[in-house]
Amino acid sequence: MTEKTETGIELDQVNIWFGEDEQRVDAVINAGFAVPPGGSFGLVGESGSGKSTILRAITGLAPTWSGNISVLGNRLGEKRDKEFYRAVQMVFQDPYASLHPRQTVDHVLSEALHLHGFDNPDKRIAQILDDVGLKQSFRFRWPHQLSGGQRQRVAIARALIIEPSILLLDEPTSALDVSVQAEILNLLKRLQSERDLTYLMVSHDLAVVSHMCSEIGVMNQGEIVEMLDVAALRALEASHPYTKQLLDASVQKRRE
Amino acid sequence: MSIPDACPQKQITWREWLTTDTPASRRQARLSVWYHSWLAFRSNLMAMFGLTILLALVLIGLFAPILAPQDPFAQDLAARLSAPGVNGYMFGSDSLGRDILSRLIYGSRITLYIVSLVALMAPVAGLFVGTAAGYLGGWVDVVLMRITDIFLAFPRLVLALAFVSALGAGIENAVLAIVLTAWPPYARIARAETLTIRNADFIHAIKLQGAGTLRVITRHIWPLCISSLVVRVTLDMAGIILVAAGLGFLGLGAQPPSPEWGAMISDGRRFILDHWWVATMPGLAIFIVSLAFNLLGDGLRDVLDPKKSSQ
Repeated sequence: MTEKTETGIELDQVNIWFGEDEQRVDAVINAGFAVPPGGSFGLVGESGSGKSTILRAITGLAPTWSGNISVLGNRLGEKRDKEFYRAVQMVFQDPYASLHPRQTVDHVLSEALHLHGFDNPDKRIAQILDDVGLKQSFRFRWPHQLSGGQRQRVAIARALIIEPSILLLDEPTSALDVSVQAEILNLLKRLQSERDLTYLMVSHDLAVVSHMCSEIGVMNQGEIVEMLDVAALRALEASHPYTKQLLDASVQKRRE
Repeated sequence: MSIPDACPQKQITWREWLTTDTPASRRQARLSVWYHSWLAFRSNLMAMFGLTILLALVLIGLFAPILAPQDPFAQDLAARLSAPGVNGYMFGSDSLGRDILSRLIYGSRITLYIVSLVALMAPVAGLFVGTAAGYLGGWVDVVLMRITDIFLAFPRLVLALAFVSALGAGIENAVLAIVLTAWPPYARIARAETLTIRNADFIHAIKLQGAGTLRVITRHIWPLCISSLVVRVTLDMAGIILVAAGLGFLGLGAQPPSPEWGAMISDGRRFILDHWWVATMPGLAIFIVSLAFNLLGDGLRDVLDPKKSSQ
């Protein structure tokens, strides 16, 4: 992509819907936010609030949307080109579903390299396994030989091996044990500072988002009802009633 | 026991090399999966029984000239319709005095030929149609599946009959006719499998890596469809042998004097009450081979079932 990198991701008046005419369901209504390059933005909301749908629209998996989405200064159209996939990668929610059951770790990583014409696959694979904290002995294992946390590390390695500048995270830890969650979150944080990545993260867990992101958008029923930064969140300074409700629930959970 | 060069330690056996949790190369990872499947398959006695029979059939076909006691086409009208054991004919002789055992042995080649041609063509055609329909969806799906429905609506033997009568009798045309009627169920299975995986996250993930449609279908969807197709093919083989035999019986498959098993039964039909062996021996051969395919298919299903082994 070109060097117009004043913005990482920018959404303006984005509507996303499923179905047409009478069966039309509006999943996201008039969403707009911007993530600076190297920044991290979190979308919080309950299930069905449309937060994952925004990620799907950016990646082109949700085809019916209107409005303006731009990535690294380029406005996205109907189709995504290879350069887009080179720059934007995604880590999925469920590591048990996001790895092909008949492909070894090595196969997954080499295919990513092959698709984008990288040289020296052996060296790059060894390097990325190191980076995500997997031993070299994992290289030729099958997904069924890996634990959930290890699978998620492989998924992160798959996303990062083609050196993208933006990483979309779709609840990357919600399918994992609490102790493994912390490991993965710390890994993601370390990788972000090492590689100067832009994160757009979706989660239903306020604690996870406030750990990872500097700015947060709260979603409810398809709308972003409030935007606040982490300082405001930690100080529990929310203005919208839904955000207050979320904060209350989160604080209560921690006291229990 | 020799030691493969890829293994790092000095004193490990093939078995340890194959069952390790930490394979060191692509080849070892793949072989070790096959080895585990083989271990699971080996524990199924009936399936092993079926596999043994089929291996024996292949060997018999390969070494037919050595194994057959006589020329399958040599006639001896003086010794026609000899009972089993009489005149040195172990399985008896037919109406032209030809040795039935030798004809059965040579006939195994024809059976294998038909089976392997059908097994190569029908599932592949079904795989192409089914995965394309399932993955692309929309009007491609509608068009392909309606065509499949049309073929499914024809009675198999009748369509094969019409096809063979249009193109002329012979084994190749019989095989084509069988393929023409055998692919729709494979297309259905492949489409159903594709529909369950096309929205899986790992397919989304590879799309996000920039893989094109062709690559997604052939590299990522096919490997998951193939195992259920293989199982279905082995289970269908019995039926395919029977249809081939049926076409031979009706005079539309292999032509005389070729020792095709169905044609042999058809020959023996006239004498079935007085000279039972003429029709019974090839019938038994068809029965045993069909049974072997069914047993093998059942065992393969246990090993290959994607619902079980994918996790």
